[in-house]
Amino acid sequence: MSVSVRDRALLGKLSMLVVAMFAFAVFVMPPLYNLFCDILGIGGKTGGAYQAVDVEVDTSRSVEVQFVAMKNETMPWDFYPMETSVSVHPGELRSVIFYAHNRTGKDMVGQAIPNLVPFNVADYFHKTECFCFNNQPLASGEEADLELVFIVDPDLPTSINTLTLSYTLFDITDRSRPMLAQAQ
Amino acid sequence: MAHGPAKGIGRWLFTTNHKDIGTLYLWFSFLMFLLGGFFAMVVRAELFQPGMQLVKPEFFNQMTTMHGLVMVFGAIMPAFVGLANWMIPMMIGAPDMALPRMNNLSFWILPFAFAILVSTLFMEGGGPNFGWTFYAPLSTTFAPDSVNYFIFAVHIMGASSIMGSINIIATIMNMRAPGMTYMKMPLFVWTWLITAFLLVAVMPVLAGAVTMMLMDINFGTSFFNAAGGGDPVLFQHVFWFFGHPEVYIIILPAFGVVSQIIPTFSRKPLFGYSSMVYATAAIAFLSFVVWAHHMFTVGMPIAGELYFMYATMLIAVPTGVKVFNWITTMYRGALTFETPMLFSIAFVILFTFGGFTGLMLSVAAADIQYHDTYFVVAHFHYVMVAGAVFSGTAAVYYWLPKWCGKMYNETMGKIQFWIAFIAFNITFMPQHFLGLAGMPRRYADYGLQFADWNMVSSIGAFMYGGAQLLFLFNVVRTITHGQPVSDAKVWEGAEGLEWLVATPAPYHTFIKPPVMSAGGEGPEWRVDAPAPAMAFKMAPEAG
Repeated sequence: MSVSVRDRALLGKLSMLVVAMFAFAVFVMPPLYNLFCDILGIGGKTGGAYQAVDVEVDTSRSVEVQFVAMKNETMPWDFYPMETSVSVHPGELRSVIFYAHNRTGKDMVGQAIPNLVPFNVADYFHKTECFCFNNQPLASGEEADLELVFIVDPDLPTSINTLTLSYTLFDITDRSRPMLAQAQ
Repeated sequence: MAHGPAKGIGRWLFTTNHKDIGTLYLWFSFLMFLLGGFFAMVVRAELFQPGMQLVKPEFFNQMTTMHGLVMVFGAIMPAFVGLANWMIPMMIGAPDMALPRMNNLSFWILPFAFAILVSTLFMEGGGPNFGWTFYAPLSTTFAPDSVNYFIFAVHIMGASSIMGSINIIATIMNMRAPGMTYMKMPLFVWTWLITAFLLVAVMPVLAGAVTMMLMDINFGTSFFNAAGGGDPVLFQHVFWFFGHPEVYIIILPAFGVVSQIIPTFSRKPLFGYSSMVYATAAIAFLSFVVWAHHMFTVGMPIAGELYFMYATMLIAVPTGVKVFNWITTMYRGALTFETPMLFSIAFVILFTFGGFTGLMLSVAAADIQYHDTYFVVAHFHYVMVAGAVFSGTAAVYYWLPKWCGKMYNETMGKIQFWIAFIAFNITFMPQHFLGLAGMPRRYADYGLQFADWNMVSSIGAFMYGGAQLLFLFNVVRTITHGQPVSDAKVWEGAEGLEWLVATPAPYHTFIKPPVMSAGGEGPEWRVDAPAPAMAFKMAPEAG
């Protein structure tokens, strides 16, 4: 019972398709997804550091920016914004402080993940400085004022008056042990 | 030269015969159907009255999850692979499947996959409890420890499906009898060819999804973990990129079965054969570009919602072509209503009904309300149960006399049909009302306002379960005590090569390919020994 040449050729081609589709799912779809979210400014993901450019501050309108701080699951730190809401003019540079305190008896590393609502305005919210660009190592008992500096783009659609920026703080101590060891 | 089956258990373990493997698939899938049905009975028993009576909510979640997984991957898919194994070589005049040893392997890894999956129910922390769609992070961060076994089981099922479908493609493309051109193939063969390509394309995507889960859970990656820069919504995209073609993988072979049965009992050739082929291909193509209609509520931009809404509605066009053709085949036909025909007509009616609720769900604005309610549950049971399961039942009744040379008990078959038809509607029709009234799916308990319809639904579910036991009894009794039939053409209106071989079908068929000869208005086939020589007219090609 031997496999015919035609069957063998077909088997080869179809197996290649199988491998290609698996690779597509694991290696292409995740970056493609992020690329789409990035290009379309959706998914609530805010961008990286923004180089401030000189723009006219639009004093004719003001936008309310609300801040929400959440702790994921077992994250034991204190973590909250010093102001829960600020009113800014589009184009204006504004700074907000988030307070973090590691009350536990061990050194830990946190990572804040931002999310913006409405989810499709990420392109109009720029951060020139943000603690979320890096992870936050806090030694036992250490506290920190974490700074966020942002600009609301003057091109923000006029229908939008309120933006809500939320940070979820994750405990990434386990996955950054090597880094922690290096720092000490 | 031809030899009979081996003796003893070895026949089944080492067989490379397409009929043996088809039989194994069919019995295995029926066993899984009963198991998945048992899980459904637990769910419906708990939902019989509001409040928690029988099981704990954690176990209820495992039951809904396992019901879905076992029914989709264990019952429906293997049942149609079994039918493909039995019928495709006989329909295209091939002596066996193209890759018989791989055929054996692809069946025999399945029992292991499901043994692993079901064993998770007895593990500490319980089995999968995150729904059959296993959305992250429910299935990663918050999953029970047994999730790794679940992932392994899904990998094995995927491997089995991929091997099975490669085999089917190779058989259809390389082993057709001389003269059996693509556009002369029976529609069941066509729908399976297209289904097999869908399987080869998307089962690896499912494997990719569970592999990424495995990496996230055990190896510290963050595909779906927001803490590491991943995104849980990505999981839904990957899953439904597999999941939407998957629902057509389930329904296309069912279309094929019905397209064989309706012409037989209408005593007319299938209306619009070529449009059926093109419609099937169109549905398969569209299935790849509509996946996000399952996720209208994740927060897509309006352009995305509109695109996925219109693309989804577009599927109604080729599907409508098929329904039109089935009805037109019956129109002015000499109809008789044997059990397979009854199930097929019920299929057409109820599947169309499920298609219409699907159209309702495709409206993005309205879906926000229907999403994750019992309306969705009702919708997909109309297309999965009244679609795939009814058609599978019809197929078994239709081909059983050919397989075993015995006629089933028609009265019992009709009783089973009417119980199943009525009970099915009692079960799932009220779930539309529950969903529209706001009852969410996957909950172990519900508010008092949903009590009456839930009780009705549960009573229907128990009746429907009983009808399946009658089905099992009828099939077993046919095999042991059935009235022998010896006509090659069991149904006098049946057309196709499978009705030229002897009844019961010999262990080896078409060792010599059937011969096509010119004559009359259409091509004629002649089958030489072992079946008695006999000629029949192929259905004239329509369109």
